[in-house]
Amino acid sequence: MADTNDKRVDQPTGTEFVGHEWDGIEELNTPLPRWWLWTFYATVIWGVVYVVLYPAWPLIEKGTEGVLGWSSRGELAEEMALADLARQSVYEQIAATDIEKLPASPELMQQAIAGGSAAFKVNCVQCHGAAAAGFEEYGYPNLNDDDWIWGGTLSDIEYTLVHGIRWEGSNQTRVNYMPAFEGILSDQELDSVVDHVLSLSGNGQSSAAGAELYTNNCSSCHQPAGEGSQLMGSPALNDAIWLYGDDRALIRQQILNPKHGVMPGWGERLDPVTIKMLAAYVHSRGGGEAPAETAPEEDNPESIATMADASDAPAVEGDDQP
Amino acid sequence: MEAVVGRLGIWALVLLVAIAAIAGAQDSGFAVHMGIIAAVALILMIVTARNYDPVGKAQSIFKMPTGPSRYDDDVIRWGVIATVFWGMAGFLAGLFIALQMAFPELNFEPYLSFGRVRPLHTSAVVFAFGGNALIATSFYVVQRTCRTQLAFPTLARFVFWGYQLFIVLAATGYLLGITQSKEYAEPEWYVDLWLTIVWLAYLAVFVGTIVRRHEPHIYVANWFFLAFIITVAMLHVVNNLAVPVSMLGSRSYSAFAGVQDALTQWWYGHNAVGFFLTAGFLAMMYYFVPKQAERPIYSYRLSIIHFWSLIFLYIWAGPHHLHYTALPDWAQTLGMVFSIVLWMPSWGGMINGLMTLNGAWDKVRTDPIIRMMVMALAFYGMSTFEGPMLSIKAVNSLSHYTDWTIGHVHSGALGWNGMITFACVYYLVPRLWNRERLYSMRMINWHFWLATLGIVFYAASMWVAGITQGLMWREYGSDGFLVNSFVDTVAALHPMYLMRAFGGLLYLSGAIIMTYNVWMTIAGRLREEAPMGETRHDEAADRPIVAEPAE
Repeated sequence: MADTNDKRVDQPTGTEFVGHEWDGIEELNTPLPRWWLWTFYATVIWGVVYVVLYPAWPLIEKGTEGVLGWSSRGELAEEMALADLARQSVYEQIAATDIEKLPASPELMQQAIAGGSAAFKVNCVQCHGAAAAGFEEYGYPNLNDDDWIWGGTLSDIEYTLVHGIRWEGSNQTRVNYMPAFEGILSDQELDSVVDHVLSLSGNGQSSAAGAELYTNNCSSCHQPAGEGSQLMGSPALNDAIWLYGDDRALIRQQILNPKHGVMPGWGERLDPVTIKMLAAYVHSRGGGEAPAETAPEEDNPESIATMADASDAPAVEGDDQP
Repeated sequence: MEAVVGRLGIWALVLLVAIAAIAGAQDSGFAVHMGIIAAVALILMIVTARNYDPVGKAQSIFKMPTGPSRYDDDVIRWGVIATVFWGMAGFLAGLFIALQMAFPELNFEPYLSFGRVRPLHTSAVVFAFGGNALIATSFYVVQRTCRTQLAFPTLARFVFWGYQLFIVLAATGYLLGITQSKEYAEPEWYVDLWLTIVWLAYLAVFVGTIVRRHEPHIYVANWFFLAFIITVAMLHVVNNLAVPVSMLGSRSYSAFAGVQDALTQWWYGHNAVGFFLTAGFLAMMYYFVPKQAERPIYSYRLSIIHFWSLIFLYIWAGPHHLHYTALPDWAQTLGMVFSIVLWMPSWGGMINGLMTLNGAWDKVRTDPIIRMMVMALAFYGMSTFEGPMLSIKAVNSLSHYTDWTIGHVHSGALGWNGMITFACVYYLVPRLWNRERLYSMRMINWHFWLATLGIVFYAASMWVAGITQGLMWREYGSDGFLVNSFVDTVAALHPMYLMRAFGGLLYLSGAIIMTYNVWMTIAGRLREEAPMGETRHDEAADRPIVAEPAE
C-alpha cells in the first residue's frame, strides 16, 4: 500500500482516490449512488411495515400474527371454501340423485362427468393413463372399451371404486383368484389349452384335447364359450381385449402363474360425490353398460345406500384423506 | 528419511483401515468408496517412496516456489486445470440430464438415471467447477493483495488434493446411489467429515496468509473470500449433522426431523448460493475486474456497505424456499422480507463491478475478457433482481416447483458464475504458465457468443416453461374443476425442454473452445490471427494521389 497524496484525483472520472493500493488496484472515494441508497431505504421501510402487517416475529409460544390477521392456511381455506360454494348446488344434486338415474338428467350427468374427469386426472391417470387407455404391459385395464371384468353399469363401477379389487383395505372388495396351473398341466396340455383359448376369439385352431381340458379346468369361471362372468370377475376370453396381452407366451404365463392385479378402494380417500362423478366419467368413456332391466344385481345395495346417506354433506374432493 | 518413513507409515495405515472397512462394509457403495480411498493411499505410498530425495522432495511432489521472492502458484495452476476439467464434466452431465427430460428413454437404470446424474451435475458445476475456481483464485488473490506467500504451503496442497478426493467420493457416490437426500448436500456422513477437515485446512491457509500480509489493510476481495470460507464451514457442519447407521456403512439419519430438517436444509441451500456462488465469486470479481480493466474500484464506501449488508441479510433469506409449506407463516414472512431487502446489497456488487469500467468502457469492444466480465455482472444483476421477485409469496405461488426456478438458477450459474470464472481462467492461464498471451483471443470471442446465446436459450425457454407449468397446474375450468393432469403439463413442455437442451449444447460448445484454447496456451502455442478490435491502417497508402508531371 502506498499512502500517497489523499487529494489525488482519477482523471477519467474526476473522483478522488481513497489512497489504498493492493497489487496495483486502487479505490475511488465515490459516495454511495443516491438511487441505490434510497431504494435500499425503501425496501427496509417496506420490510418494517410488512412484518407488522403479517405474521413475522417468533415469540415463545408462537409467532406474532400480524395486524391483518392473514395466515396461509386461512387463505387456502377461504379459496377452497369459495370453490366449494361454486360447486355446492351441483354436489348436492348429485348426492341426492341415485347414480343410475344420473343419465336421465343430461345436464347433471355432464357436470358429473366434468368433475369425474378432473378427479381422474389427479387420482387415476397414474395407472389407467391420461386417456384411460390402461397399460397392457402392467395389466392396468383399458377403461375406454366395453369389456368389463366386474361389470360396467354406473353402480358396478361405483362399487369397484369404493371397494377396489383385491384391496386389503376393504372387506367387501371385489376378489377372485385364478388358480395356478404350474405342475398340473403338462407342456403339451398347456399348448392345447392355449390353442383353445386363442380359438375362442377366432385366432388359430383348437383341438379336441384342448376343448376337453378347457371344459374341465376353465369353463366354470370363464364359461363354455369364453364369455366370462362379471359376477365372478372372470374375464371374457372370446374377444380381442386382453388384460395381460394376447401373445401365446403371455397367455401361457398367465395360466401357469396368474397375475392378480390390485386396485385400491377409494371409499376412505374420496368423498361419495367424487366417486359418483368418477363412475360417471369412466362410464362415459365409451363402454358404459345400462343396468339390467330386471332387479339390479344383489351386488351390494346396502353399501350404496350407506354412501348416499353419507353424501348429504358434500366434501371437498380429495380433501378428506385419513 | 524419518519423515518419509513416517509418511509411508501413515499411508500404509490408511490403506489398512480402508481395506478393513471394505471387508466389514454394510453396503456395496460404502465398499467402493473405501476402495477409492485405499487406491489413493496406495498411490501416495508409491509417490512417497519414489520421491525419496530429501533435497528435491519439496520441489518435486509439492513443487514449492524456488525462493521467497516468488508467489506460491503451483496449487493455483492445478486448480485452474481442475476447474476446466470439472467444468467440462459438469456441463456434459447437465446436457445429458436436459436430454433425459426431453427423452426419458435416456434414463439408463440404475447408474445413469436422472435421479443420480442430476446431483452429479449440480455438484460437478457448483462444487467441483466453482469450488476449484474459488480455491485457485482465492490462493492467487490473497497472495498478491497481501504481498506474501501462502501460509502453510503443504496444507495448501492438502486442501487441493483433499478437495479432489471429496469430489470423486461425492460423484461416484451419486452414481452408486449413495445420498442423504439433501439438495446440494447429498454426500453421506463420512464424505462430509472429510470435507470438514479439508475446509478447516483451507480456512487455516487463507487466514494464515492474511495474518502474514505485508499490506496494512485487507483488500475487499479477501473480505468476501473469508466470509465465503467461514460461512460455508458453518453451513456445511450444521446441515450435515447426522447419526450414521453403522460406522462401516454409508447410511445415516439427519439430526433434525420434519420441518426443522427442511428449514435447516434450505438455510444451508440458500446460503450455499449466497456465500459460495455470490460472496466467493464477488471476491473474484473484486480482484480480476479492476486488474483486467486497469481501473480503480468505483467506490470504496459502496464496497463496505454492500459487503456488510449482504453478509447480514443473506443468512436469513432461506425460508423463502419453503413458502406455502408446513413451515410457520412467521418464518416464511421473514424469509421473504430479508430476500427483498437483500436486493440492493446484491446490486452493490454489480454497481461496483460495472462502474469500475468508467473510463475504460471502450475495452468492452476490444477486450473479449472484459466483455465476459460485463456480461457476468449483467447476469448477476438480473438474477439478483429475479431472486427477490420470486421470493414474494404471490409470485412464488405461481413459480414454485416449476421450471422457472431452474431458469433462475441457471441465469445466475451460467451467466454470473460461469462467465466470471471463464474470464478469470483466461486472465490466469497466460500469467500462471508465463506465456506472452493466450493461444487465441478470437476464440474467447467465440466462447463469449456461444455461451451468451446458450444462456438466452436456456433462460427464455425455462421462463416460458415455468409460467406455462404454473398456469396449467392452477387452471380451473368454468365447471369448477381442475383442467390439466400433471402429465398434460409435461407434454406441453416438451418443446421447451428441447430448446433448453439446445442452449446447454451451445454453452458446452463454448466451454470446449475454452478447453482447447487453455490447452494450447499451456502447450506454449500462439495462434496467428488478426488482433481484435483493430482495423488495419496502412500509413503509406493513407495520402492523396498527386499527379506527378511526366518527365
